[in-house]
Amino acid sequence: MLASINEWLKAAVLEVQEYVRLCAAAGRGMVTRPFYYRDMVEQFDQIGVGSLTVVLLTGLFTGAVLALQSGLTLDQFGARPFVGRLVSASMIKELGPVLTALMLAGRVGSGIAAELGSMMVAEQISALRALGTDPVRKLVVPRILAGTLMCPVLTVVSDFVGILGGWVIATSQLRVESGVYWTSVLEGLFWQDPWMGLIKPFFLGFAIVSIGCHVGLRTRGGTQGVGRATTNAVVAASVAVLAVDFFITRLLFTLMY
Amino acid sequence: MPAEDPRTRQEILDATGAPIVMFDKVSLAFDDKVILREVSFTLIKGHTKIILGASGAGKSTVLKLILGLWKADGGVVWVNGERVDQMGEHDLMRVRTDLGMVFQEGALFDSLTVRENVGYKLWEELRWPDDKVNARVEEILGFVALSEHIDKMPSDLSGGQRRRVAIARAMAAKPRVLLYDEPTTGLDPITATTVDEEIVKLRDLEGVSSIVVTHQLRDAFYIATHSAERSNGGVRIVQADQEKSEEAEFIMLRDGLVCFEGPAGELRRSTDPYLKTFLS
Repeated sequence: MLASINEWLKAAVLEVQEYVRLCAAAGRGMVTRPFYYRDMVEQFDQIGVGSLTVVLLTGLFTGAVLALQSGLTLDQFGARPFVGRLVSASMIKELGPVLTALMLAGRVGSGIAAELGSMMVAEQISALRALGTDPVRKLVVPRILAGTLMCPVLTVVSDFVGILGGWVIATSQLRVESGVYWTSVLEGLFWQDPWMGLIKPFFLGFAIVSIGCHVGLRTRGGTQGVGRATTNAVVAASVAVLAVDFFITRLLFTLMY
Repeated sequence: MPAEDPRTRQEILDATGAPIVMFDKVSLAFDDKVILREVSFTLIKGHTKIILGASGAGKSTVLKLILGLWKADGGVVWVNGERVDQMGEHDLMRVRTDLGMVFQEGALFDSLTVRENVGYKLWEELRWPDDKVNARVEEILGFVALSEHIDKMPSDLSGGQRRRVAIARAMAAKPRVLLYDEPTTGLDPITATTVDEEIVKLRDLEGVSSIVVTHQLRDAFYIATHSAERSNGGVRIVQADQEKSEEAEFIMLRDGLVCFEGPAGELRRSTDPYLKTFLS
């Protein structure tokens, strides 16, 4: 029993050590040559543009359902016109960043782990090294940059369509005046809220992509290993999104409010 | 390298009979599983080493140690006059410019065409201009007789063609040493022979030193006992003479130890029961 706990702890510490080393290597790769510009452009396109549809849909329906649910509750206090306030505050501060990040964990985290995992088991990563290419610079750096920078952009898009979804429901179902809704949207926000909604996705994007890369590059054991890596990447990235979100929110509250 | 030798490293390496790869009592173990136990051998410039052994005998490990993909626990590994067993990844990149490796199953990049695979290093690492890369890629694909497949994806090629593209990719930057990891495993005998012929051609016509890891005896003996020569503008594969075939040395690994080292004839004549079982 003790031996197995010991083994488990050793494996966990090793995993953390390797993750930190990968992040450090990626950090070095971002500031020193060579850079692989084509791979960067490709990743910005795949991670950013490629995730647009799923983020648009998630944002739209989340905003709509928020308006629908809160409309009923607010009615009990005769506060239906304030529905915009609720939608904007929830979307911008919390739901926009977290749901976008969770969608990215499913779409991007799994994709990266599967791709790098397959390259690992087919010895393509070794082939890259044999050909003189550092896989961290070629594969990890472009993905981390794209993930970290595109996650906030996608979050803004999600926030916007979410508020738009709320507007559709507020005006069509709840019969709130359009002008009243938009005024309420703005009134619901403190100046710190958009900042919080904008700062968090940088960390969430970084967590998702770096975990995907780490899990992918540690894939062992053929096609079965790739399957395992993909699942692990999604699970670890999703949990990390919620955990990082909590800690960053806590930190930002202390610093800004 | 001997300290008293007045020649520069380059002069030593350029001379005939120079040691290109040297293993000196190299050991490696993963946890309590011993992979290599004090393995020593020397690859002479322009010669071939054929490493034989059962699965899991540590054959492929030797190649990974030469490339610096793995690090030995003990002993010294010299490649082109540089000690690679303690080298950092950054310096290893320099050593690897003179090494080409053909991986098991080829390890071609699936998302790139044959042209992009073969020209990868020239284009991405050596930053050659496009027209120069294209010229070299076309030349090298002509050499392995795959010119018409230049714009195909690796998935559209047969197993033998993929291995030949992998050989072309490994030799694109004209390395002095080529490492082959099970180049013919899983191929039918006829296709395997086409791959063997490429290995022989590269050794005899391009002067590449090679290490071939395999458990396919037929191919191992083919490589050792044949040579390539140019005739009438083409290339002919012929039976090698005695001296030439002795330039190909066999190493048999068993449980991490070298249990035989010598040319093809000696291996055939060996009375060692393990070798006889392996050869039968």
